[in-house]
Amino acid sequence: MQGSLQSSSYKQLEQKSKYTNIFLRWFLYFVLILFASYFIFPLYVMIVTSLKTMEEIRQGTLLTWPSGLNFDSWAVAWGGRGYGAGDTYLKPYFWNSIKMVVPAVFFSTFIGAMAGYVLTKWRFKGDKWVFLFLLFGCFIPYQAILLPMARTLGVLGISNSVIGLVLVHTVYGIPFTTLFFRNFYVSIPSELVKAARIDGAGFFKIFFKILLPISKPIIVVTVIWQFTQIWNDFLFGSTFSFGEAAPIQVALNNMVLSSTSVKEYNVDMASAIIAGIPTLIVYVLAGKYFIRGLTSGAVKG
Amino acid sequence: MLKWLEKNLPKIVMAPAVGLIGWFVYGFVLWTLYISFTNSKILPKYELWGVGQYIKLWGSRKWLIAVDNLLIFTALFLIFCVVIGIILAIFLDQKIRAEGVLRTIYLYPMALSFIVTGTAWKWILNPTLGIQKMFIDWGFENFTFDWLVNREMAIYTIVIAGVWQSAGFVMALFLAGLRSVEDEIVKAAKIDGANLFTVYWKILLPMMRPVFFTSFVILVHISIKSYDLIVALTQGGPGISTTMPALYMTQTAFHKSQVGLSAASAMMMFMAVAAVIIPYLYSELRRENAR
Repeated sequence: MQGSLQSSSYKQLEQKSKYTNIFLRWFLYFVLILFASYFIFPLYVMIVTSLKTMEEIRQGTLLTWPSGLNFDSWAVAWGGRGYGAGDTYLKPYFWNSIKMVVPAVFFSTFIGAMAGYVLTKWRFKGDKWVFLFLLFGCFIPYQAILLPMARTLGVLGISNSVIGLVLVHTVYGIPFTTLFFRNFYVSIPSELVKAARIDGAGFFKIFFKILLPISKPIIVVTVIWQFTQIWNDFLFGSTFSFGEAAPIQVALNNMVLSSTSVKEYNVDMASAIIAGIPTLIVYVLAGKYFIRGLTSGAVKG
Repeated sequence: MLKWLEKNLPKIVMAPAVGLIGWFVYGFVLWTLYISFTNSKILPKYELWGVGQYIKLWGSRKWLIAVDNLLIFTALFLIFCVVIGIILAIFLDQKIRAEGVLRTIYLYPMALSFIVTGTAWKWILNPTLGIQKMFIDWGFENFTFDWLVNREMAIYTIVIAGVWQSAGFVMALFLAGLRSVEDEIVKAAKIDGANLFTVYWKILLPMMRPVFFTSFVILVHISIKSYDLIVALTQGGPGISTTMPALYMTQTAFHKSQVGLSAASAMMMFMAVAAVIIPYLYSELRRENAR
């Protein structure tokens, strides 16, 4: 009697916990999807707005589906309307950004790889302090170097030029690239290098023949990180360049802020998407490496 | 000579990185520090002027508003990012279907620039055609949402957009942290009769102390530096109600041509960041030495 009572109440309990579990499961998915919609909402709004005409925008709401696939505002955002002065569009600035990103990513990655290699495989007295010395550069608020930098670029005669921005981004990328490569090479057994040294391999041979071939993942992480940072930069771009040498984020901001004519939200949104698409594509294709850069070198927003 | 070269090759290869950072980071910070002690206007002057710029700075209403905004923004930005990040990380950790897709969605804003984010949110939050109109068209006729153009509330629109951009990042940090905990610990606790809530609240979250610390440092550091988002969303307005230190610095230097004063504000930002970062770097280094 006692036993059966116990078992039945136990069954009830089990039944109850099963229902709570199902409920909890639904709750879980509900919350996750709710947040997913918060995150997806601006992207959705950007895309649909860019496909609408201004008439449609005024009549509908943010969420209204566009009447058709109308890429006119994309064409205007990219190539302008073709009326000379005052017609700002993104195409030339997009190329400025490419011309700035490619060399800056290359140089900063190369210098960082070399520094990381020395700091882990050719250790010298005080190398830890050298690393710390470089690492601090990841964190400094760039406002503290803007004024001297503006002056220096002026003296060098490369202010307001893509070359100037390449220099700036290369320099301030070095702390990050060094951090990435140093943390990667630290995990690679030094015996490998020692053995090669005994065999008579020199400094560069060891780097190019032994370390570089196994560095592919960290190169990908570093390149993606640097690409995203430099492409998305606004502070340096807006401070050290104006007019024709401006990178795309600066041009986007100028386009959106220009109050000369009636606000065209569809063109604004198309421009924003164009400025965001390269990094979004990289993120979608290589998200794994992107996240690794974010979390392992987790230092910058 | 050749022997010396060979022996010192690693140091020579290291030299460009150290030299560039030494000059462009440390040298420039000292240079800025020096300017902050001068009475520079449009162009830097080099006679020392004492701490006048700092006195002027802390007597300026605009700077005080900027600092005030920074404190409000940092507090809210931290709280929302961490709470949302932890909730998402814990929920995603429950063997969820389509976890990969959800993770991708939570994190994609990190790939966008603050200018793109700001442009999108500016459109969404604009009172005439944005969210307000959406609710009115849905039948809530008295619905108002004018934070973007409201002096008192505009700062919160920056929080909304900032959290949108960075919460996924905190999620990624915590998810990585949770996944690195041995399954055995959770299993043992469950055998001892602990329910899921207790497991997280009493065991796993306390184990995440370093992750909390990292998130804190990174988020505070992002918020002190926040500049682009404000430029794109409010440009410091309406009026000067959403000015923050980074914006104050560039405006003072490049629009108001008060180079000395702006250098002083830059040094205040530098010190704020250093106060957060140096203990962090110190503890990271100690942890690494302990390993």
